[in-house]
Amino acid sequence: MTASTIELVAEPGDLRVARLAAAAIGLTLAEAVLPLPIPGVKPGLANIVTLVVLYRYGWHAAAWVAGLRIVAGALVLGQFLTPAFLLSLTGGVVSLAALALAQRLPARWFGPVGLSLLAAFAHIGAQLAVVDLWLMPGASLLGLLPVFFTAAWITGLVNGLAAAHLLKSRQLDPEVKA
Amino acid sequence: MSHARPGDWLILVAGLIGVIALWAHQVGGLEGRVLVRVDGRIVSESSLRLDRKLSVSGPLGETRVEIRGGRVRVAADPSPRQLCVRQGWIPPGGAAVCLPNRVAVENSAAGYDSLNY
Repeated sequence: MTASTIELVAEPGDLRVARLAAAAIGLTLAEAVLPLPIPGVKPGLANIVTLVVLYRYGWHAAAWVAGLRIVAGALVLGQFLTPAFLLSLTGGVVSLAALALAQRLPARWFGPVGLSLLAAFAHIGAQLAVVDLWLMPGASLLGLLPVFFTAAWITGLVNGLAAAHLLKSRQLDPEVKA
Repeated sequence: MSHARPGDWLILVAGLIGVIALWAHQVGGLEGRVLVRVDGRIVSESSLRLDRKLSVSGPLGETRVEIRGGRVRVAADPSPRQLCVRQGWIPPGGAAVCLPNRVAVENSAAGYDSLNY
């Protein structure tokens, strides 16, 4: 009796995506431990990884890394298929869409900092839309807009600077490390 | 900030202006709002500063809401027990619920609590 074997061949690209997604999941977990003043305001450190991957390996790889991070991060935190997961998914999808568009901006003028800010605004905008339309319809969110957009501005800037810094130094590059 | 390119600065400053505008708008908008809901749906949102009388119709009939001198109350309601009318002026952050006419009047003045958060 011979056991049938199913062989999954992992290409170098897959391994790279897996490694980077693991880094992003690590950041998500680390951030979940931090006490945060206002529910819903998070630094979103994992987006640094998304940005770096976007610049190094293109949008396709960035989408994979972000998607894996969202699903696996939610599984680990016990949030899979909860409203929190839905919000994280919506924010992820819309900010990736924003990045796909922003990527076409001339690179001479727009760098990781600008893209990070655009993605952060798209992220929080989409999440607020979901909360307003679906999770808590009728709850007047207008009063919270300044708080959330200020937070998005700060986190977008900080994450963008971090990504720009990482892109200049050649750390976080599995090709170099391995 | 040597990492930022000209376009990044543009987005950064535009974002900052947008955020400041939101805060400025917010300060003006914190004066206090009156939310009137029928069946959970907001049918009217008005300022506490403008004296006016609103009429909304629920399943039983017409509920009249009065806003006067920065206060708000339910002036008349067809519900049998008249609880929301007898409640009088609604305190900031409070609400009057007229049942079974399914009308709720909310004085959403400044300040957040766990409910309207």
